[in-house]
Order: sequence, then structure tokens, then C-alpha cells
Amino acid sequence: MHLKNLELIQFKNYPKVQVEFSEEVNCFFGENGAGKTNLLDAIHYLCLTRSALLPLDSYHVMHGKEFFTIKGDFESHQQPLSVNCVFESSKKKRISLNGKPYQRLSEHIGLLPLVLIAPDDTLMINGGSEERRKFFDGMISQTDSHYLQLLIRYQHYLKQRNALLKRFAEEKRTDKAQLLPYDTQLVSLSQAIFEKRAAFLTEFFPYFADHYRAISGEKESVSISHESQVRKDNFSQSFAQSLERDVLLKRTHFGIHKDDYLFRLDKHPLKKFGSQGQKKSFLISLKLAQFFIFKMIKGTKPLLLLDDIFDKLDDRRIFHLMDRVARKEFGQLFITDARPERSKEILRNIQADTRYFTIKNNRILADESN
Amino acid sequence: MNFSSKLIENAVTEISRLPGIGKKTALRLTLHLLKQKAPVTSALTEALIKLRNEIRYCAICHNVADKEVCSICESTKRDKSLICVVEDLPDVLALENTNQYSGLYHVLGGVISPIQGIGPDEINIASLMQRILHPPSGTPVEEVILALPATMEGDTTSFFITRKLKDHGVGVSTIARGIPVGSELEYTDEITLGRSILSRIKYSAE
Ligand SMILES: Nc1ncnc2c1ncn2[C@@H]1O[C@H](COP(=O)(O)OP(=O)(O)OP(=O)(O)O)[C@@H](O)[C@H]1O
Ligand SMILES: [Mg+2]
Ligand SMILES: [Zn+2]
Repeated sequence: MHLKNLELIQFKNYPKVQVEFSEEVNCFFGENGAGKTNLLDAIHYLCLTRSALLPLDSYHVMHGKEFFTIKGDFESHQQPLSVNCVFESSKKKRISLNGKPYQRLSEHIGLLPLVLIAPDDTLMINGGSEERRKFFDGMISQTDSHYLQLLIRYQHYLKQRNALLKRFAEEKRTDKAQLLPYDTQLVSLSQAIFEKRAAFLTEFFPYFADHYRAISGEKESVSISHESQVRKDNFSQSFAQSLERDVLLKRTHFGIHKDDYLFRLDKHPLKKFGSQGQKKSFLISLKLAQFFIFKMIKGTKPLLLLDDIFDKLDDRRIFHLMDRVARKEFGQLFITDARPERSKEILRNIQADTRYFTIKNNRILADESN
Repeated sequence: MNFSSKLIENAVTEISRLPGIGKKTALRLTLHLLKQKAPVTSALTEALIKLRNEIRYCAICHNVADKEVCSICESTKRDKSLICVVEDLPDVLALENTNQYSGLYHVLGGVISPIQGIGPDEINIASLMQRILHPPSGTPVEEVILALPATMEGDTTSFFITRKLKDHGVGVSTIARGIPVGSELEYTDEITLGRSILSRIKYSAE
């Protein structure tokens, strides 16, 4: 699968640009603030219906304008796929595939798999549990559309239940009959989502461990464990028992929205005891495992976006990545770097159709050396 | 838009408040009405005023009615042992237009959604229970058909009502949900297809 071209209108810093990509390696240079990450984010929009950076669509409309458009032509399994994404202030975002608008945007997710490696990924290790859930949920959703539907329903029922708890707290009364529809749904959805998460991790972990071993040179052993209240045998009972506390705090305390993934190095929590380098290796391995599990499940190579990673990674980890580029294990690549010489040096010995672009004054120009 | 007449502007503003009608269409309708003879427009305004002042909601099923009780509840031809529960008035019309149903209705006037501040007390659930426990016609209710929207709120409401009816000896059913007549399987969304396969029905080749 690859993206042939991209057109942006009033998307962030770009008034109007058109780019034609290489099927293999694309490199974008430009000073800090030039719009390199924004370009990758536009590709993220086309594949996953939303930004990787900020959830609100309105933030991505160029300042002072009313709408943005992102258009791109993909090719997947020899099929042309044209994706068009339009957002107009105070209207619903619209996405269409080959001219046909989606009724539900979630139907688009999974069609065009994408993996993004970006500098603020460290949040996944150092941040709260929602960061890790977001990573795994995003991955499972891209490989299993049923999972995404379960998750959407779960979140909706959770919102309804919490609204009801708030109302009970205000009215100083609790009516269990009104909670029951939500409790029943949340308990059964929790179970279904838990099982899918657990099954996915079992499949995912070997990929991850392989990459970690290769990057770190087999020095330490790693593990990822999926912690969930659902694991307790009496989950539905615990759910029911937490009602009083739920009403008191106006929030639902039991369910898969509390799940976490614990990362460990030689049995010790990575967050507390891992070194900077170990954390970076862990992250890159998570992302590479994501790439290869998508490739296996989807039967096509996902787009790989590498945002500013040469700045953040040391030679050893860069070598591990570039070795895979050289061996053509990846498909289409999009790389950004503020320092052209560095990227050119790294990519110099790699046999690939490589195209360089410079981003300046809100325009994207293909280098003459291409 | 700039109108040379305040009167036209007022009419356009009022008409454009209707759903699906923008300023442009509103202006077209206003100019059309102006061209008609006076009785045509007064018939329209009178109908609207009468509608507003005289419309009533059936004391039993909350459908629109001209009297205390609507024509459906009153009819001797309807099967009074059947009650079909719907969200709103258009649903009654839609089901009536199928000519396939001859029982009674119950219009809830909404579905349960705490986010929007709608609980069971905000919709007509108490009166549903009342008419099942004490049927106004004297005929006991045997089956309640839930014909609520196929949304999470619709499902929640169906669940809630089913639970309430649990120990009252009334059968509860829900309308079938599935693939629209004339459509292809491969173009049906997964959720609908999933539901249809789960609630499949016996095929008869008689
Ligand atoms: N809605 C918007 N309208 C106009 N410009 C915007 C909008 N949102 C962001 N920008 C501009 O985009 C620029 C940031 O772009 P981006 O993050 O892509 O830079 P970058 O090239 O990745 O930089 P770095 O090398 O520092 O990562 C900023 O100059 C910012 O003002
Ligand atoms: Mg950047
Ligand atoms: Zn009636």
C-alpha cells in the first residue's frame, strides 16, 4: 500500500499545496516550525480520520479560515483508493472514499494502516494508563473493526452511566432499575473488550520481544502485562458492589476503562527504573512490533511515518531501523528532519527510490537532486 | 438577505425556522403565498391556528387526537391485546402506513438518555405500566412490541421497559432488524448484518 499524492487546502500552515510521493522513501526537511509534523499529521488524518496530535478538528483549520481539505490518492492491493477529508467550522467532518461519503467515520479505520513514530511517544511510558490504552486500542481497532464498535459502545454507555450517577447525586436518591441497563451492558462489553485485548497482546508480544532483543543486544528481559479488574473472577459482583462509591464520586470505578499495560525490564517497572536508552528501545520496539503485526494481519505494509527521530535516537537504534529499510522490510516511508545533511548521510547507502523535499514559506518543494 | 419590505422579512424569518427550510426556500414560499388569492392563505393560517389550539394528545397512548382518546384507541377493529411502543409520533404514521399492524400504540415521546437529562420519568413509561396493569378497554394486554430506534438509547429504553414488565405476565417482543429489502449483503454494514444473523428466522418453503 502507498500514498501517491496529497493535496492540502487551508490545513494548518498550508494555504494550498500538492505533493507527489515516492513509493519508497520520502524525506522532508525544513526549519523548526516549517510544517513537517503538520504534513505527517495530514497523512494521519487520511488514514485514521483524525489528527495524531490534537483531537479537535477546528485546531487544524488555518488561522482565520473556515475549512480545511485533505485529499490523497492511495493504492492498495492494486486498487486505487481516493480519500477526501473536509472539515468546515461548526459542521461535521466528512470523509469519502472513491467519492462515496462514509456514514460512520469509524468504518474507514483499518483500511489504510499507518504507524507513526514521533518524539512525544515517551508519554506512553512516562504518562498515565490512558496513553497506553490509547496505543493498544488504536492498534486493535486498526486490525479488528468489531473491536472499535465495542469500544465506541462502551464509551457511550459509560458516559450515560456517569451522567446518571451525577443526577442521582444531585437528587440525593439512587434508582438501581435505571442503572441496570448500563451495568449490564458495561459488564458484558468489559468482558468482550478484555478478551480481545488479552488475545491481541498474546499475539503482539513475540513481535515486540524480537525487536527489543535485536535493538538492545539481548541484555535484559522484557515483559508487558495487561492489568484489568475484569481478571478478577467476581468482576460483575465487584462492579455491583462499587455502586455506593460510584454514586458518591459520580464516576464509574469498575470496567475496562481502568485497564493498564505494565511495561517491565527484568521484572522492574520500566517507568521507574528504566534508563533513557532502555525506554527509547522499548518504544521503538513497540512501534516496530505494531508495524509488523499490521503487515501480517493486513497482508500489506502500513505507511511508516518517522517524525524527527534521527534527533532523538542514537546510532545503534538508527542502525537497527535503517537496516530494515535497506532490507526492504518496510513499505512507503515518510521521514522528517530539520537537518538535511544528517538524513542524507544516513540514507546515502540505502538502495531505494528516495525523494527529498524542502518545506519553506508554507510550500513543499521537491529537491532538484531527486 | 435584504428585503424591501419588513412584512416579507418577517414571513421569511418565521418560515425558515421550519426544519429543512433555508432562507432561500422560505422566500420562494412567501412569494408564492403572496401570489395566491386571499382564501388560500387564510385557509393555511386557520389550519395552523386550529392545529395549535385544538390538537390534543390521546389520554391513553399519547398519539395525536382530536378528542380525549385517539381514533386508534377508540376503534373496535383494533386488537387491544397488542401494544406497540414507539419513540414518537412519526413512528405511528410509518407503522400505520404499512397496513400490517392492527394493534394499539404507545408513544413514549423520547428515549432514555441521562446525558440529555431524559430519565424514565421524563417520558411516558408510567402511563404504559398503568394501561398494562389496568387496561382501559378491559381487554388484558398480552404482548408489548418494542419498536424503538436501533440506537444505544433505544436499546437502553427497551431493556428498562422489559425489566419493568418482567413479572406482569405480558409477552415482550421487539421488531426485527435486518437487511433492507432489495439490498446486497456485502453492502450492509457489519452491525446490521451481525444482528440479522443472530436473530435469524426459520425459512419456510411452503
Ligand atoms: N491552525 C493553524 N493555522 C496556521 N498555522 C498553524 C496552525 N496550526 C499550527 N500552525 C503552524 O504550524 C507550525 C508548526 O508546524 P510543525 O509542528 O509541523 O513544524 P515542524 O516543521 O514539525 O517543526 P519542528 O522541527 O520544530 O518539529 C507553527 O509555525 C504553527 O504556527
Ligand atoms: Mg515537528
Ligand atoms: Zn390513543
